[in-house]
Formats: sequence, C-alpha cells, structure tokens
Amino acid sequence: MFYREAGQFKTDYASDQALFPIAQDRWFVLAVLFVAVAVVPFFVDDYWANAITLPFLIYALAAIGLNLLTGYCGQVSLGTGGFMAVGAFSTFKLTTAFPELNFIVVILLSGAITAGVGVLFGIPSLRIKGFYLAVATLAAQFFLVWLFNKVDWFLNYSPTGQISMPPREIFGILITGPRAAPEAKYLFCLIFIGIFALLAKNLVRGRVGRSWMAIRDMDIAAELIGIRPLEAKLTAFAVSSFYVGMAGSLYFGVWLGAAEPIEAFGIEQSFLVLFMIIVGGLGSILGSFLGAAFITLMPILMKNFMVDGLQLAVVTAKHIEITMLGVLIIFFLIVEPHGFARLWQIAKEKLRLWPFPH
Amino acid sequence: MEGDRKFGDPILEVQDINLSFGGVTALEGVSFDILNGEVRAIIGPNGAGKSSMLNVINGFYHPQQGQITYKGKTRRQMRPHHAASSGIARTFQNIALFKGMSTLDNIMTGRNTKMRKNLLWQALYLGPAKREELEHRDFVEHVIDFLEIQAIRKTPVGKLPYGMQKRVELGRALAAEPELLLLDEPMAGMNLEEKEDMCRFVLDVNDQFGTTIALIEHDMGVVMDISDRVVVLDYGKKIADGTPEEVRADQRVIEAYLGVTRDDN
Repeated sequence: MFYREAGQFKTDYASDQALFPIAQDRWFVLAVLFVAVAVVPFFVDDYWANAITLPFLIYALAAIGLNLLTGYCGQVSLGTGGFMAVGAFSTFKLTTAFPELNFIVVILLSGAITAGVGVLFGIPSLRIKGFYLAVATLAAQFFLVWLFNKVDWFLNYSPTGQISMPPREIFGILITGPRAAPEAKYLFCLIFIGIFALLAKNLVRGRVGRSWMAIRDMDIAAELIGIRPLEAKLTAFAVSSFYVGMAGSLYFGVWLGAAEPIEAFGIEQSFLVLFMIIVGGLGSILGSFLGAAFITLMPILMKNFMVDGLQLAVVTAKHIEITMLGVLIIFFLIVEPHGFARLWQIAKEKLRLWPFPH
Repeated sequence: MEGDRKFGDPILEVQDINLSFGGVTALEGVSFDILNGEVRAIIGPNGAGKSSMLNVINGFYHPQQGQITYKGKTRRQMRPHHAASSGIARTFQNIALFKGMSTLDNIMTGRNTKMRKNLLWQALYLGPAKREELEHRDFVEHVIDFLEIQAIRKTPVGKLPYGMQKRVELGRALAAEPELLLLDEPMAGMNLEEKEDMCRFVLDVNDQFGTTIALIEHDMGVVMDISDRVVVLDYGKKIADGTPEEVRADQRVIEAYLGVTRDDN
C-alpha cells in the first residue's frame, strides 16, 4: 500500500539510470545503512564481530567477486579459496616487509596481486568453457594452496606453518591484531565493503558489465557485435580476483588474525562462496549479500536453536546443522533457482499491488 | 521499388571467395559488390551458402581464397571486432540476443564499440563516465522510438515474443550506427503483419539513415518488393545477379528453385 511509484516521474535519463530510481527504495536503503552504521556498533561485542558481522561482510565481498565472474560473465570458477589465499599471503608479506605501509594500501595491493594471478589462471577460459573451465580453476585452487604451504618464504619461515597478522592502525585506530576493538573492525569492514559493493554495481550497469553479460548469454553474437572475448573474459577474471583477493586479505588480516593455508583456504571455501552466489542469486550484487548472510548466519541460528532451545548435544546439533544446510540449499534451488535476489524482486512486485492484486 | 534510385560507389566488393569446411565446399568463386545506399538481397535455396557469405563479410569465417574490399581497403579476411568497429552490423538467423538482459541493455551493447571510458571511470560512475553513459542512452532511446518498442524497454528479452525479439535484434544492430547492415532472414517465421512492419523498418533505415543493407530472405514477395539488386547463390556458386526483374526471369534461377534434374553428369 505504501510501496507505490505512482507520481514519481523521471524527466531525464540520469534519474532513470539512478541506482534506486524509486523513492521508497532509497529510504529503505538509507534506513538500513543508518542502522548498520549508527546502531549496530553499540551492540557489537567480540562474539557478534567474530562470529556474525565480520564473516557476513567478508564473505559478501568474496561473493561479489565470484558473482562478477560467474554470475555476470558466465565463467565458472572453483578457485575462490586459492585466490583468497593469494590475497591473504600478499597481505602477510606486505605488512611484514613494509611495516609502515598503510593497511588500506596493503589491502588494495593484495587485491591487485590477486588480480594478476587471476588473469594468469583465467587464460584457459579463452579456449575452454563450462565444466572444463571449472576443472581448470580447480587446478588453481590446489596449486596455490600447495604453493603457500610448501614454500617457506611465503610463511616467513614460521616454524608452526601459520601466518599471523601484526597489529595495524588506520587513522590511529587499531584495526587488526587481537587487541583491536570489535566495533572498529566491524565499521572498517562495513565501510570498505560498502564502497566496493557500490563500485561493483557501477561496473555491472555500464559498458564493462554489459560486455560481460553479453559474453555470458551468447559469446558468438557478442564477438560479432564487436566485443572482444579476450578482453571481456580477462577483465572479468582480473576484477573478480581483485575482489576475492581483498576479501582474502580482510579474512586473514581483520577476522582470523592468524591462518594456516590448507585449513583456512581449502576447497571448502571455494564451494562455500559458490553456494552463496547460487543461493543468493547469480548476476546480482544484492544476491551476493543475501547469499552470504544465509550461508554464514543460518548455521548459527540453527545451532542456537538446537543447543539452547532443544537441549541437544553439541555434536548432534552440528551433524543436524550440516544436513539441514544441505537440505535448505536444495529446497531453495528447487523453489527459486534464481536465488534470494529474485525472491526479493518478486516480493517488491507483489508489494506494489498489495492489497489489491487485480 | 520505383526505378530511378541512384547509388554511389561500391561500399563492399567480394572477389572470388572460396570457403570450405574440411571437404565440404560452402562457397566457390563467389564475387559480387554492394553499392553504397542500396538494398541488396542474397537469395538461394537452403544450403546455398547465404549465411556463410554474411559470416565471411563480417569476419566470422575466414575464406581460404579471395579478397574483400570494404570502403576502399582490400584484405584477405575481416576480423569480427574490426568489422564491427568499421561500421558493419548484423542480425542473426536464429535470434542471438542476450537473454538475461533487458531490451535497453541489449541495444546498449550495440554501442559498446563506441564507448571509450575505462574500467576505473566506470566503477566510479562520475563525471565523464556518467556523461558518456547518458549520451549513449539518449541515442539508444532514438532507436527505441524508431522501432516503436518503448513499452518493452525494461523487459528481459527472454520474455518477449518472437517478432519483438527480432525487432530488438534489429535495434541492437542499428545502435552501432552501421554503414552496412547485414540482415540474416529478418522476416523468417513472422506473420504477415510482422513482416510488413519489418519491411517498413528496413526501408526506413535505408531511406532515413542512408544505411546500405544486405539481406538474406526466403520470402520472394518481400525480396522482389524491397530490394534493388539480387544475388542468387546455389550450391555455393553465384548463378545470377541483377535487378529483381532480371533475376526472376533467369532460367538458372527458376531451375534452382523448382529443381530440375540435370543430365550433365
């Protein structure tokens, strides 16, 4: 009843091309941002930061990265975990080699290094497609994790085989390391990821995004109207890896603080992020957030419900949780194969007509 | 078509094109030209090599022999992106739209080769990048007006009916401001009304924008009505070339279409 666009006339193309052309959407987004920036920080303690908000935000960034490649450009990748590892190890090497370097610069550089690695492993995509490409990126996953585990230089010859993040400040506020305040970590990630989500959205609604989608939907036609597959695919790999690399950098630097290559960046990470974009919605930035929220928060909700609510043993609850997660993914894929983003769109369309659907 | 239409020099000449796939010959010694500003039809029975000919012209197939002269430049073969950026646009026999994108976005992809701003500018979507996007949007809106598809601008093309999809595909080709427009069976599978609409658009494009058009079509009524000159292919060879009246009277064309048993082997 309140969700109406009647009376909102657009008199130029700029307002029609705006991110949120409908006023109610703008208010809603502003409200969400206000809550996220001004309300949530007062409630964020260590548990909320490390178990809920940071995983959600950081996986959302990784999911955006993979979505640019898989959802928008149609190139399936199973190398996300490996690329996150590149971002994390670049961060580790950069912060330890250049202690005075600003942490934001470190994250961006880590992203750039990952972009380079991503382009390298993206070259096969020029000749192979679909499942075969997925297998080629799987090689990236195993090779990269093996490399970081095997070559001691990457670990700074650490005897434990772990890397750990030294404390770093931004504008005098401690962001990384065990003594950083949870609200500082949360706000830093929120702002960082908010900005990069906006940049990704801008990319996909412009020329670059359209050439990616053209390659995804019909590569031969795209080539014949003047889009170069080489350029489009490799930029998709580069930008996607840039995002995934930054996610890996935050994952290691801000959230975990210490990591061990095989455990933290294994193939499960790749699948987890892939599940996120499939459940959230392929080819949707919003879907990346929704998918990340579902995959990271669902297990916590179920665990709380089963352990605290039903008084089940923790181990039993864990088993049921994993099973239920699988069941839910299958359920959502059958009910709405286009993911949460599509459900959200349908809800908005219904809301426009409510309460008089005819 | 009324008689005294005047055309300029050839915009495109193909000479002695030979194209084969393995042992199968698709085109054999085909030569013809397309004059600036005309509507040129390429006709022939199924499998005559018409679509292959278009694919050679815009660089998707590379002929084993022969040369292509486009706008005064002679080369062995075209490259797809080169053809696109130098003013050749086309539509496809089986609709080749980008199904997940809206009508507007599909037509906007037609302007991709004309957009210059790099990735970083686009990510920021400020100043020059935004201005560029809006300029091209403005042009695309003219195409949308021209084709009378305002109402479906934001609809994903996968949901559109067949005739509309054909129209959007024409729009995508027009958005590139082509000098030479290749239409591969633009009226295939349409009903009479849709065909008439499409004919009107094709003639209007030719008339208003001065675009040279090469089209493949099976509907002889349409071909005879709207084309200035006709090339007839059969089994990969050119068997006739001339005005619709000349072609219609040609004995070999009639044989090719009606199927006459030859005793020469």
